Amino acid sequence: MADLVQTLLTALAIGSLYALIALGYTMVYGILKFINFAHSDIVVLGAWISYALAIKLLPMLGLNPHDAETAPPLWVGAAILLAAMLLCGLLGFAIERFAYKPLRRAPRLNVLITAIGVSLLLQNVGQLNYVFGASPQKMPALLPNIDLLRLSLPGGDGYREVVIGLVDVMIFSTSAVLMLVLEYLVYRTKLGTAMRAVSFSTDNASLMGIPVDRVVSFTFVLGSMLAAAAGFLYVMKYPGVNQPAHSIWVLLGLKAFVAAVIGGIGNVRGAVLGGFVIAFVEQFGAFYISSNYRDVYVFALLIIILLVRPTGLLGSPVREKV
Amino acid sequence: MHSRPSVSGHRFAGIGSFLPLLLLLALFGITLPGCPSNSSNSNEIVIGHFGSMSGSEATFGQSTDNGIKLAIEEVNAAGGINGKKVRLITYDDKGDAREAGTVVTRLVTSDKVTAVLGEVASGLSLAGAPICQENSVPMISPSSTNPKVTKIGDMIFRVCFIDPFQGSVCAKFARGDDLIASRAATLTDQASPYSVGLEEEFEKAFVALGGKMTTKQTYQAGDQDFSAQLTAIRSSGPDVIFIPGYYTDVGNIALQARKLGIKTPMLGGDGWDSSKLGEIAGKALDGCFYSNHYSPEDPNPRVQDYIKKYQAKYNATPDGLAALGYDAARILFEGMKRSKSLAGADIAAELAKTKDFDGVTGKISIDKDRNAVKPAVMLEMRNGKPKFVSTIQPDK
Repeated sequence: MADLVQTLLTALAIGSLYALIALGYTMVYGILKFINFAHSDIVVLGAWISYALAIKLLPMLGLNPHDAETAPPLWVGAAILLAAMLLCGLLGFAIERFAYKPLRRAPRLNVLITAIGVSLLLQNVGQLNYVFGASPQKMPALLPNIDLLRLSLPGGDGYREVVIGLVDVMIFSTSAVLMLVLEYLVYRTKLGTAMRAVSFSTDNASLMGIPVDRVVSFTFVLGSMLAAAAGFLYVMKYPGVNQPAHSIWVLLGLKAFVAAVIGGIGNVRGAVLGGFVIAFVEQFGAFYISSNYRDVYVFALLIIILLVRPTGLLGSPVREKV
Repeated sequence: MHSRPSVSGHRFAGIGSFLPLLLLLALFGITLPGCPSNSSNSNEIVIGHFGSMSGSEATFGQSTDNGIKLAIEEVNAAGGINGKKVRLITYDDKGDAREAGTVVTRLVTSDKVTAVLGEVASGLSLAGAPICQENSVPMISPSSTNPKVTKIGDMIFRVCFIDPFQGSVCAKFARGDDLIASRAATLTDQASPYSVGLEEEFEKAFVALGGKMTTKQTYQAGDQDFSAQLTAIRSSGPDVIFIPGYYTDVGNIALQARKLGIKTPMLGGDGWDSSKLGEIAGKALDGCFYSNHYSPEDPNPRVQDYIKKYQAKYNATPDGLAALGYDAARILFEGMKRSKSLAGADIAAELAKTKDFDGVTGKISIDKDRNAVKPAVMLEMRNGKPKFVSTIQPDK
């Protein structure tokens, strides 16, 4: 029982991270019909910008960034989160403006290759010594290291503790707030209506007077901001920040991409659902079957979904027009 | 350093045939080595070092390189090797096996080094060793403990003990008076030959000593979330958790274990040896132990003298890897001095004869399998710093 609850809690926290990242993939796909491979690198930059800001900011407040026991007031973390989101939003804007916009009329394959190029560029520039360096760093603690709840539940031959950390709750609630804001933006505002119109048909949307370029830029900014938030929350939970070109980041991006596909790529609610689904499969598989095949469960699920429901859980079947 | 264009021969190939290659390059992040400036000078001996100067195991490569440089400085100040000065070329393999293969090929084929020193991680030594063996260039690994490394061939040596010994040292220690453990869980990096090999040896010895294994969990280097494995370990109720990994992962594991309320002591091997370990884990590892090649607290004047020299040059206390880098380089120089020529086979023959070499990490004799036989030390983490506990001699 205790183990079940603990695994469930971990899956919820990790699932919300996957969902945040998957949203970026799915929104860009919905509008431009291409997979933005550089998206996971925005997550990485979000993580590293948070680290760089924290390392600079904490000493100014008279705190030792290497001391894991003391944490700054809550607003510091919030400020760093906002700053990372803004910077990554700008970066997302710039990437779209300079790398993808010139290719708006080019074949989709060209854009895809460009995305891989942008991804490599971001990874390797990030690893330069005067940017972030090629060594892992430790993220300073921004939240007090406290457990909100320690429950004793029956498990095994006695009682075992279930720990709910402040970090997990913050991850879940921050992601939930961001996703609700996005939901509101996409389904309740004029801009969101424009986004959905562009995703339905770019040509028709522009005939109706919708500024397509602005909508596309906005989508990139939005996706990048969510990715930055995911990067920030990720290093809050896992303070060992891996170097920008570490393969683990690629895997994180890949899993989020799988989440988007499983949920039905192009579908905003589907991305969130997909994120939680793969987190549950991954965590429960790792605990109850074997941790050796953690990634296998995720990708096996992808294959099954693609066989059974090729459009994903919430995706609507596409009818080819003749 | 500039890179050569990757494909020049496919002049008539269309864009379609480049695509798989481009994708491959993208996926694996391969960077091609630049053109070396090859200046052969008969008055110097060039040796190569490949190590992880950056990446998750960066301190391994950096410490080893510092140790080697100190040894080179000394030998050159004393007149070099039979009148020839030693020059070092160091390449960063970024802790990546593919990269290690690339840089060793470069050292051997284009820089034409006389001998190669490296790597620390067994997986990376295993990537470099076949290349040295094929080209008859002697290679000394300062600190790869997996037995397979020197089995590659008669050109491959090491100056550290091997995992069957290290595993039994850890198992004996776990069963001994310090931990009195009868149930052990292990958490292994499943893609690392070092980690997998050491786990096997530990398990074998621990079971032979009457202990019981509760669960065997795995992770992959760079993983950030260990909660599934740690929850499973917690359920299995071990007295000790054996984690034969490298320091970055171990630090992260320790932090998460303590968060989950696991107070069980952890035990590990020489992969823990880095000043970064305490930086990452803080107090989470207090009361945990690892086996190592030497302790800076060893009062032996030979050790203290080395530490003084190292501190004067680098303003830091040498870790085990810096000491092994120094010893490996000095054993290589002794072998070269005795050798009748600088041909690889001649140097290797002399290296194989190394006996009772007075190293910082103990008396080093190379056995018939080109491994070193020497004692290990156990260290305990206290306030994020390793403290000497005991020395364990090899079985005679």
